[in-house]
Amino acid sequence: MIFYLNPSTGQPLYLQLMEQIRHAVETGALKAGDQLPTIRKMAEDLVMNPNTVVRAYRELQHEGIIELRHGSGVFVSESVGGRTRVTKKAQTIVQSALDRLADLGLTEDEIRRLFENELAQHRPGKASGGDHE
Amino acid sequence: MSDWVIEARGLRKSFKGQPVLTGLNLEVPAGSIFGFLGRNGAGKTTTIKLLMGFLKPDCGDARVFGLPAGDSSAGLEIRRRLGFVTEDKEMYPDMTVEQIIRFTRGFYPKWRVDLEQHYLTLFDLACRKISDLSKGMRSRLMLLLAISHGAELLILDEPTEGLDPVAREDMLRELVAISASEGTTIFFSSHQLEEVEQIADRVCIIDDGAAVVAGSLDDLKTQYQRLRVVFAEELRTPVRWGEGVEHVRQDGRTVDILASGNVEAIINQARSFPGASVERFPVTLKEIFLQHVRSD
Repeated sequence: MIFYLNPSTGQPLYLQLMEQIRHAVETGALKAGDQLPTIRKMAEDLVMNPNTVVRAYRELQHEGIIELRHGSGVFVSESVGGRTRVTKKAQTIVQSALDRLADLGLTEDEIRRLFENELAQHRPGKASGGDHE
Repeated sequence: MSDWVIEARGLRKSFKGQPVLTGLNLEVPAGSIFGFLGRNGAGKTTTIKLLMGFLKPDCGDARVFGLPAGDSSAGLEIRRRLGFVTEDKEMYPDMTVEQIIRFTRGFYPKWRVDLEQHYLTLFDLACRKISDLSKGMRSRLMLLLAISHGAELLILDEPTEGLDPVAREDMLRELVAISASEGTTIFFSSHQLEEVEQIADRVCIIDDGAAVVAGSLDDLKTQYQRLRVVFAEELRTPVRWGEGVEHVRQDGRTVDILASGNVEAIINQARSFPGASVERFPVTLKEIFLQHVRSD
């Protein structure tokens, strides 16, 4: 598995790493039981901070996507199989929606903005208008 | 004992009545790779000299490994436990690499021959005269000496200054490797914001001798966001934005906001205007840096 991070996009690196691993799992590039590089190997390969790798791994473990086994390494959880099936199903829904939007003559950028706007409106807690400090 | 490898509180230092440090606070946790940023003359080198015990503060407290840096016997202990790589890489040009290693080893009872041999091979430094080394090789030699004496903390003053992109990436990879394998805390100053963004997990930006931004880099990047609000029509009176707004620029119906936190509340405020749309963009370390130090 090859990962690629871009430090100058402004997006936190641990989130970039999490997203790529998550995506690899969702698309089946990484399968249940597959081993991921050790923290040290990942840090050296990507020339990134080991603590940042730790943070990404911890959060993915919290999400149940990977398991950190003491002494033996980092593995994709056995339980991700179901998640992959859900993702596959979702993918066909998104694909058909995209086809219909393209039929309406919308450009890629327009579709992306629409999607992002709708997602933002859809965010739970948004309507309450409460201040989060 | 505190959890900080380096801890400074209210450091002040003037030279000939000119204030250089004006109340600097610094907290460097063990095991971090800490990027220390600021413009030339902001006080970075003075801070490093104070931490090394080469200078005494006029006021305030600096501790390294929990020991007072200004105290002369504690300073000795501190310098034994840390490794220092300076900006100016002049050193004994007539010696060979092996000679300077033997010379340096004499000062450190806990010298790590395994690390010395590892880096001698890795950095391809064996059987060379110091005067024949390129700038990049000299940096590596200094790093080898610092690591091999078993330093718990590396203080690096612009370690990649003057290196070509390949040598720079190699140097960064070595720093990451040392951090991962030995748990060494690395404190480095740099003007290369991209490299700080690449390997640091914590940063401190100083300006006019005091910290203006400090914290976890990932947290800062989460808190800081740029928002672009497009209003349905041009506003007749400027909006009084809530807390967290650092900078506002308006061009017609479009308002560009740099926020340092509280982003959700600011977005809600923008959306309370009928027909307003909001887009959010991530912010780079460079944007954060420029926002906080450019003003003078």
